Formats: sequence, structure tokens, C-alpha cells
Amino acid sequence: MGTVQELDKPKLRVRDLDFYYGSFQALKKVSLDVAENQVTAFIGPSGCGKSTLLRTFNRMFELYPEQRATGEVVMDGENLLTSKRDVSLIRAKIGMVFQKATPFPMSIYDNIAFGVRLFERLPKGQMEERVEWALQKAALWEEVKDKLSQSGASLSGGQQQRLCIARGVAVKPQVLLLDEPCSALDPISTAKIEELIEELKNEYTVVIVTHNMQQAARISDYTAYMYLGDLVEFGETDQIFLKPKEQATEDYITGRFG
Amino acid sequence: MTRNNALMDAIFRNVTRFFAFGVFSLLAAILVSLLIGSSLSIEKFGAAFLWNDNWDPVQEDFGALVPIYGTLVTSAIAMAIAIPVSFGIALFLTELSPPWLRRPLGTAIEMLAAIPSIIYGMWGLFVFAPLFQEHVQPLLIDSLGELPGIGALFQGPPMGIGMLTAGIILAVMVIPFITAVMRDVFDLVPPLLKESAYGLGATTWEVTWRVVLPYTKVGVIGGVMLGLGRALGETMAITFVIGNAHRLSASLLAPGNSIASALANEFTEAVGDLYTSALIELGLILFLITTVVLACSKLLLMQLAKQEGART
Repeated sequence: MGTVQELDKPKLRVRDLDFYYGSFQALKKVSLDVAENQVTAFIGPSGCGKSTLLRTFNRMFELYPEQRATGEVVMDGENLLTSKRDVSLIRAKIGMVFQKATPFPMSIYDNIAFGVRLFERLPKGQMEERVEWALQKAALWEEVKDKLSQSGASLSGGQQQRLCIARGVAVKPQVLLLDEPCSALDPISTAKIEELIEELKNEYTVVIVTHNMQQAARISDYTAYMYLGDLVEFGETDQIFLKPKEQATEDYITGRFG
Repeated sequence: MTRNNALMDAIFRNVTRFFAFGVFSLLAAILVSLLIGSSLSIEKFGAAFLWNDNWDPVQEDFGALVPIYGTLVTSAIAMAIAIPVSFGIALFLTELSPPWLRRPLGTAIEMLAAIPSIIYGMWGLFVFAPLFQEHVQPLLIDSLGELPGIGALFQGPPMGIGMLTAGIILAVMVIPFITAVMRDVFDLVPPLLKESAYGLGATTWEVTWRVVLPYTKVGVIGGVMLGLGRALGETMAITFVIGNAHRLSASLLAPGNSIASALANEFTEAVGDLYTSALIELGLILFLITTVVLACSKLLLMQLAKQEGART
């Protein structure tokens, strides 16, 4: 593990992050910077800790009492891990989309409005605008504008995942965490979501965990390669894929792994 | 090796079909025998049986209003208490409790379900009712009983036994059933779904109320119906504490009667065909009430599905 590659204006600064599932250590002194309004990808084999790293950013792990994290995840000058602020306020700033689409058991409209209603009390007209705006952002508006009152579960898999992205965008977070968002989708839906990520980075800082190395190469600006809880290499995506410094990284991205 | 697959399949199909239709015909047979048994009473009293509040074995004038009222009121009290309490217990067990407490607490709740109902009845009569009479009922009479409107529900002498007591005992009896079902369906909610809601900044309450509960509504309503079915038909415990008085009174503190306890109490001493027939008609009414309750729950579910938005 080399020294930390410091970025000028990081949105998130991770330092010496250790993570434990009970007595098992899943992250070992991970340090990296997440650049603002860029896409950062975490790659690595299953169990390397990339999803775990993502889940520390919004303290999702706290739902499970046997999981804990020590170290620093700093956003806007505040260590999120030790912040005394209400954790729901932190999560509202850091949206998350998961491997599988998880539409809430309610209408498409309410799926989007759910998160907004938690923090803002908007009149009906403004709420409708917000829902439309979020669905536009997720490139879903044209497909669902005539059936907003239908159940979110009635959409196709790719549409459901874009609905989840729209839901995350609707609360206007600063950071979007995507945990293998395309792993259950067909190539066409995947392409749509990749396009969408390109769009989103204009306004949001995006962090994506992916199994798909071509995807990381296509859409990310920075890439982190992780293995068994260690951050092996982190740098600009072009550098990681074309001239990796570590032999282990090269082995992984060229498919000579294991 | 030759196997006669087609024959085996045919046998298997017919055996399972026989079982399925067996249940169906059993249901029909019970309904028919109830109808035949109560025909004497139906002919004599007609529909007035439903709203006649008299129950006079000497004059042979029978009406079902008091037991119907008692059954519905005690079950309503039981549900009003048991549903929120069970929801709270299930929520605590699945979302909030520390893991080491989950198993002992869950087992304790299940043990409550294993206690025979006659023990609840004895406990209700000898322990709960005197305490209730001495400490709680005077309080209710002095506070709620003074209010206009609902005051009528809490008036009269504190007797310990009565419809309110029966309702509370029933609540204790159905809580484990409703809790067990709710806990099981809450456990089935995909963690990712809950995390999605937490990820938007929702609190535990918001996640439970707005996401977990809608997601599990079919199971939750099923659990409530299971509890309600048990409350409507519960016999022994109610017989102990309801007072078994064929008298219609507005106050919940007054003794009343339920269909099941009227049957249990009076079948042995029913002399004359008309008396027996009237009791059987009570049974038929109980059967119909549970059927209507079941139908209502199905309608409720259909209504909820509409609200959620059509699935295409």
C-alpha cells in the first residue's frame, strides 16, 4: 500500500478506516480521497470490502449492532463516523442505490415523494414538479409519466432501478453511492444507467461499486482496486487501467487473477 | 425397468383432490347440520331471533341479541388492545431489540400461546378480576364514567367480571398469535428494502410505518384475522369472566354473555327441542359472523391493493 494520493478538493476524505464484522476485520487502514463531481469506482473480487467501504459513508452499517468502523470519513470538514448529528440528516445528504431495485410498496409517484416528504413540506404543485424533475434526471419520465399512480413494482427491472436512482436524486443529496447498480440488469438497461451516471456527475459526486471492470473503465474518473480489505491501488482510471503501479492490480484487470 | 408413471400420477392427483374436496364437503356438512339442527328455532322466531334481547328458557322465548352483542364487543375490545400491543412487540423484536434478547423474548411470547384457555379463565376470575375490581374499575367509573357520551360505557357498580374484563383477558390470549405472525412477516422484509428507506434518511418509525407495514400488509391482516377468529370463538376463558348474564347493558363493566359461553354453559341443561334448537342457531350465527369477518378482510385487502396502484 503506497502513500495516499491527495486530491485538491476532495468531497470525501477517508483516512485509516478500519471496519469489523464482529471480530472479522473487513477493511484495513483504508485511506483515499473521493473527488467532487467525479465518478469514483471501487473494483475488486467478491469479499474485498468494496461494498463495505461504501456502506461506511452513510453509516448504513450501524443498523447492525455487530458491525463497527473506526477511522475518519470526512465530508465538509466533519468526520461522519463520529458526528453527533442525527444520522438521518447525514443519510439525506448521501444517497444510496443498491444491487437490486427496491421499489417501495407504493405508487411510482409516492416512491419519489417518500424521501422528499421526510425533510420538506412542499405544496402539491411543487411536489409534482420535484417528482417530474427527479424522474427526468433518471431518464425515466417519458416512460412513466402516464402511469404515476401505478405500483412501483409494476415496472421492469431496469425501470425499477432507474426509479431507485430517481428516488435517491429527489432528496437532492451531495453524494450518490451506487452499490453494483447494474448487476441484475440486461445490457440495454445497463447502458442507460451508465449514460445516466455520466449525466449525474455534473451535479453530484458519484461513488460506484462494480464487478464489471469494463464498466469502471468506461464511466469512472478515479478507480480504487481493493483486495481482502486492503486498498491496493487508487488513482485516475486511465492510469489504473493502462499503467497500474502494482503487479496485483495489473493481474486483476488483465484477468490473470487467482 | 418399467415404471408406470402415468398411473402413479393419476393416483396421486386423485388422492390429493380427494383430500381437498374432503375439507370442502366437511365445511358444507357442518353448515347443513347446523341448519337442520336450528330449523325448529328458525321457524318459530324467524329473523326476529337476531334482535330479540330476551332469553327465557321457562317461557321458551329466545333471542340472540345479547350473546351476539357480547361476542362482538368483547372481540372489539380485545382487538383494540391486542393489535397495537402486538405491533409494538413485533416491531421491538425485529427492529429494535438487542440480538441476545430476541430469542428468550420470542419464546416467552410463544409460551403465552401454549397456555390452555381454561387457565386464562381461572387466572382472570380469581386474580385479575378482583384486582381490576378494586383498583381499576372505580377509577374508570370516576373518570371516564363522568364524561358525556362515552360515560355510559363505564357506569354501574365495579363487579370485577364483565365484558371489559373478558375483552382484556381475550386480548392477552390473542396477543401471542398476532405477535408471532407479525414478527414472522416483518422478518421476511428484504433488508435492502429497509436499507433503501434508511438511506433516504428515514427513522425507524418511518421505515416501519411507511415501508415495512405496507410491504407486509397481507400477512399482518392475516395475523389480525387469526387473532380475531380466536377471540370470536373463545369459550372457556370468557365463560369464567363475562358473567353469563342474559342482559343487555350499555356499560362495558356490566356482565353480559357471548355466543360461545352461552353454548358451553347451557347445552347440558337445555331441556326441550326448542331450547336446543335455539342454541344450535346461536352456533350457526357464530359461524356466519366468522365467515363475514373473513370476507371483510378479503375486501379490505383488495381495497388496499387498489390504493397502492394497479399492478399490470
